Amino acid sequence: MAETTLTHTDRMAPRPAGWQGIAADWASDQRAFKNVSWGKAMMWIFLLSDTFIFGCFLLSYMTARISTRVPWPNPSEVFALRIGGSEIPLILIAIMTFVLISSSGTMAMAVNFGYRRDRRKTAILMLLTAALGATFVGMQAFEWTKLITEGVRPWGNPWGAAQFGSCFFMITGFHGTHVTIGVIFLIIVARKVWRGDFDIGRPGFFTSRRGRYENVEIMGLYWHFVDLVWVFIFAFFYLW
Amino acid sequence: MVDVTPADAVPPAEVGEVELYHPHSWWTKYVFSQDAKVIAVQYSATATAIGLVALVLSWLMRLQLGFPGTFDFITPEAYYQFITMHGMIMVIYLLTALFLGGFGNYLIPLMVGARDMVFPYVNMLSYWVYLLAVLVLVSSFFAPGGPTGAGWTLYPPQAIMTGTPGGQDWGIILMLSSLILFIIGFTMGGLNYVVTVLQGRTRGMTLMRLPLTVWGIFTATVMALLAFPALFVACVMMLLDRLLGTSFFMPAVVEMGEQLQHNGGSPILFQHLFWFFGHPEVYIVALPAFGIVSDLISTHARKNIFGYRMMVWAIIAIGALSFVVWAHHMYVSGMHPYFGFFFATTTLIIAIPTAIKVYNWVLTLWRGDIHLTIPMLFALAFIVTFVNGGLTGLFLGNVVVDVPLSDTMFVVAHFHMVMGVAPILVIFGAIYHWYPKVTGRMLDETLGRFHFWVTFLGAYLIFFPMHYLGLMGIPRRYAELTDMTIMTESAHHLNSFISIMAFIVGFAQMVFLFNLIWSIRHGREAGGNPWRATTLEWQTPHTPPAHGNFGKELPIVYRWAYDYSVPGAKEDFIPQNVPGSFGLGPSREQP
Repeated sequence: MAETTLTHTDRMAPRPAGWQGIAADWASDQRAFKNVSWGKAMMWIFLLSDTFIFGCFLLSYMTARISTRVPWPNPSEVFALRIGGSEIPLILIAIMTFVLISSSGTMAMAVNFGYRRDRRKTAILMLLTAALGATFVGMQAFEWTKLITEGVRPWGNPWGAAQFGSCFFMITGFHGTHVTIGVIFLIIVARKVWRGDFDIGRPGFFTSRRGRYENVEIMGLYWHFVDLVWVFIFAFFYLW
Repeated sequence: MVDVTPADAVPPAEVGEVELYHPHSWWTKYVFSQDAKVIAVQYSATATAIGLVALVLSWLMRLQLGFPGTFDFITPEAYYQFITMHGMIMVIYLLTALFLGGFGNYLIPLMVGARDMVFPYVNMLSYWVYLLAVLVLVSSFFAPGGPTGAGWTLYPPQAIMTGTPGGQDWGIILMLSSLILFIIGFTMGGLNYVVTVLQGRTRGMTLMRLPLTVWGIFTATVMALLAFPALFVACVMMLLDRLLGTSFFMPAVVEMGEQLQHNGGSPILFQHLFWFFGHPEVYIVALPAFGIVSDLISTHARKNIFGYRMMVWAIIAIGALSFVVWAHHMYVSGMHPYFGFFFATTTLIIAIPTAIKVYNWVLTLWRGDIHLTIPMLFALAFIVTFVNGGLTGLFLGNVVVDVPLSDTMFVVAHFHMVMGVAPILVIFGAIYHWYPKVTGRMLDETLGRFHFWVTFLGAYLIFFPMHYLGLMGIPRRYAELTDMTIMTESAHHLNSFISIMAFIVGFAQMVFLFNLIWSIRHGREAGGNPWRATTLEWQTPHTPPAHGNFGKELPIVYRWAYDYSVPGAKEDFIPQNVPGSFGLGPSREQP
């Protein structure tokens, strides 16, 4: 596997400036991104591809919303909870968003402790991240249940455009699937950390490759991405 | 810019040796193999098998068009199913899978000097998911109602309605599921190809020393990773429309006097999503062909490729431009005239990098030492066919010319020439070229020449007359053409002629398949480098290359891939891993 730091820089020739320099750097020997390992490069490129998937979902939703001829249900009212006798708009979504953003924080701390080779703290923080992610999914399930009992279906709802339910279930469902997959992998990687696989260089069960603490960071990239996507969903679906 | 490093300087290795997975049994060596070369052969064999299905389907279609009313079993419904499955199989499951999964897997690690793809296990999964996608696709032939007959573009609303074969049965569901699986499988492989090219090259292999084959496959893979998401989303949404009764693409429709429950969806949205994938898809198929044909021409004309840098930039420019032209497939769907103006302009701009490539191929041939080997014949045939198909593309890219020609046989002729025949000619050339590396034996020469001439001339005789049919206004996608006033006697004769040629060309492919199988045992021994080529895959210590590709030491690259006929050199080619400051490569490329 690749080293993450570039060595022998003293032997490199001077590089041209400007655009030519950018092209020359990209085209340089062996690796286009000098201090990026294979796994990290692969995750970044996957996330780029995944961005296009979520981009297409959101653009399709926006198309449906701006072209519909019947009123679009008001998200502030639909996603309000009755707490203590008053309707509080978007309260559940706000809590969900807070939980997910916090999980990014614990993930970042896990990456930090991973590079310090603090097995215990890394594993605990990853499990905490997974727990926050599972909480998010749980609250989403609650939200789905609430809307379904109020009569929202993929093919229609009591308040207006049928595409409201279609887009809601499709986009939050797809995002929720991403979070769930993330939770599962967080638990798998946390187990590896806990067991010390990355310290003793234990080969992976399927791949027979030795993992490294960088895997925690790669896992983190995915997790932050899922978080970032949620921010866009939050902005475009709930706040619009 | 001054080249301060001596040409012989070997850069230090930036990446340590990789742990390869070493197979322990027959199963892990040949079936669940993590070796890119085995995966490549698996991909190619599966793609060829499903391609044969598409070939038979095209025969059935030609039977109906050439001899209408003669074959009772070809009902209009069956005809639409044939046309749909033929198109989808050829574009996705054959061409994309063969170029990227087949040639990509085989050639990328060997050509960039890597032991394998960066994540062999994921690479293996990619093939098995692809196989599953193919099986799901094939299963639709046996499902109640048969496969979908919605046309390969699967336009809603008709794709999921009762009038369309498979619309309210299993057909469309299996089609969409198969596409989703294909995209998942492709993504796993595609990530591997991209990261291997970007991060896994051997010492001395700068990007500007890559053979153009790798550039073509690499750029096509990047495009596929960005274009397939749109198809993925379109498939998911149409599946929901069909299964859950959502209305993403379904407007309010009255069917058989009954109002369907759908309401307020946009069929045009599907077209946008589909073509945002569909147009890059044309170049996902074409760019690997461009790259491979550049290498074939240079090797067999014993001359360096003309304008290597421009070739690379042209590939990148075509790849980028192809993402902003998609709506030229939708001129007749209705759009604001300014959009038509925009998309026509961008479409025609693509002609510039494409023309650069064609001129560079011709200039490579100019005063070259042309060996008319079978790969070279196919490469030359590709240039002719591609220019032909490209020129009719200029017709169809213009809104005012496209509107009357839309949905006529002219369109069929155009896209078959440019993205059907042309890439497949390259596939054939590439198979004749690399078969000796894969098996250690040459394909039979006589059978090969027979195959070439029948395929090339035959394909022309099939598709060239279709231009005339199209200009006469003969529509495409009609199961019956008999009772139309525009169907003159001569048009009928032309149709019968095309059908007969289709059978002859199809027969030639059987000869090719026989050659492929027969030569594994009986072909002439090839040796390690029968074409005296420069690229790394021909410099392996073993033929076929062993597990790990390059023996103990990875090769070190000192030059570009096109040092043919270097003045003063002993031989007329200098492999990329031969040291020395002489050679024709651009001196600006520092290691």
